[in-house]
Amino acid sequence: MATASAQPVMVERLPRSRSLRLPTWEKLTPLLLLSPSVILIAVFVYGFIGATIRTSLVRWNSALPDYTFVGLHNYQRLFQLERFQADLVNTVHFTAIFLAGCIVIGLGTAVLLDQRLRGTLFFQNVYMYPLALSFVVTGTVWRWILNPNSGVNVILDNLHLGFLKSGWLTDTHTALNSLGLAAVWQMSGFCMAMFLAGLRGIPEELREAARVDGANEWQLFWRITFPLLRPITLSAVIILGHISLKIFDLVYVMTFGGPGYATDMPSLYMWIATFGQFLYSRGAAIAVVLLLMVAVLIVPYLVWNLRGETEQ
Amino acid sequence: MSLLAPVAARSRVRFRPSRLALYLVLVVLAIFYLTPVFAIIVTSLKTTAELARSTVWELPKTPALDSYSTAFNALAPSFFNSVFLVVPATILSATLGSLNGYVLSKWRFRGANLLFALLLFGMFIPYQSILIPLVQFLETINLYGGIPGLILVHVVYGIPICTLIFRNYFATVPRELLEAARIDGASVIGIYRHVMLPISIPGFVVVMIWQFTSIWNEFLFAVTIAQTPTQQPITVALQNLAGSLAPEQNIQMAGALMAAVPTLLIYILLGRYFVRGLLAGSLKG
Repeated sequence: MATASAQPVMVERLPRSRSLRLPTWEKLTPLLLLSPSVILIAVFVYGFIGATIRTSLVRWNSALPDYTFVGLHNYQRLFQLERFQADLVNTVHFTAIFLAGCIVIGLGTAVLLDQRLRGTLFFQNVYMYPLALSFVVTGTVWRWILNPNSGVNVILDNLHLGFLKSGWLTDTHTALNSLGLAAVWQMSGFCMAMFLAGLRGIPEELREAARVDGANEWQLFWRITFPLLRPITLSAVIILGHISLKIFDLVYVMTFGGPGYATDMPSLYMWIATFGQFLYSRGAAIAVVLLLMVAVLIVPYLVWNLRGETEQ
Repeated sequence: MSLLAPVAARSRVRFRPSRLALYLVLVVLAIFYLTPVFAIIVTSLKTTAELARSTVWELPKTPALDSYSTAFNALAPSFFNSVFLVVPATILSATLGSLNGYVLSKWRFRGANLLFALLLFGMFIPYQSILIPLVQFLETINLYGGIPGLILVHVVYGIPICTLIFRNYFATVPRELLEAARIDGASVIGIYRHVMLPISIPGFVVVMIWQFTSIWNEFLFAVTIAQTPTQQPITVALQNLAGSLAPEQNIQMAGALMAAVPTLLIYILLGRYFVRGLLAGSLKG
């Protein structure tokens, strides 16, 4: 990363020069090399999305397929369901705390580690190891830490901080935030890695010049560093936001949506409706809503990335 | 990018008076991140009889490995299921990704950008949106229920990220190298085999580490598709351990550690490449 603007580029820019000329008989080879993947993606991504949309428009709500067309009926029913309404509220709530937690901790740790203190590498590795773990492992361990009868409540008791004790995952008011705590623990290192890469891409001369002009470190951060990190912040919001919308494993392992619907999410309800209750059309409708939510975030992001390339 | 490289090159010291405060913050955060490790240690090294509420956070007087042998007996088959899933799926998706990355970075054709965007979209979709037809399809071709079906699924849905990483990697290979090979009479496939493949080892390392970690840790496909009890990957088996076989916390924690060891080892030994894969989805590598 040597770009002064710390511009996040998901897609490496290709040189403007045209690709090599090929004799006619060899022009097909590149396409042939691509074709297995293109066919697989066409079928497994776009074909299957089409099939899911179709399922969401029929009356297949038992173990046996029923392809009677019912239009948008499944969607209408879905949005009237108390459970799905709770899911949507939970997703927004969870995404808000997850994003806030990851960005505050991620940016904070990145700035701290960019101070070139001794031992930076050690702390960096400690902050990022959760990324190597699965949500199932994270969920298993945090389920124990947040178990009201063992875990963190015992520490609070021992510190005479009993008033801070909580039901954590078992209390409808705290369950979603507790889930968010485990998710932030797992993913904040990702945000840190992004910001750190951005910070190290900002040329020291820029900050030095501002210092010469009399800026203090605080002004330096808010006037120079932070604005340069804005594209990275946007990338982080989009990537983490779409992870948050799709969160499944952690909820499955830690609460399975409970207590009540306190931590239920569209991703989990889709799975339960489909494979637990055999409400295939309802499951498909939830899946389509989820896909649309993710697409709203991701499609502009992809366009932004790829357009940057053609402008080059 | 030198994210994990030593940072001694620039010697500047800021915030000198408050350095101690900085370290304090770093240490407090490190305690937060390491708490689960400590929880695993204090719990998994106890026998079930020692799991008393008042001493849950204390180390056992004599470490016991009982919970590890129980967890190992319960999880070893699924551990190897995961190995047999991860290894072929990683190799196959990396191979496809390197071919795609080569073509998309070096042999541009009309519509290549659109095709690439459509390919990339596949790595962001919530897999719930393809799960119902996927299960039907796997049932039709008799691959529903176990590891072979999961291999197919992970190869297919691994194509976008592998293609992206290889395309970014190959984009940095100078055009002159290919031109020289053309003049020597190499074909499109010949250039791939004799020019690109030999220099793509670092790309393969990044992609394979990324795929290994992602597939090892994956849960949604695993819990949906691996219905045969003897064919479960480790993530599913770990989750089931909590539900049925052994609800004791010490065994769950030992199991969690067992499920985490392969990817943790990769992180510890090859962290630099792991981070590159991690950032590939959002930053240039």
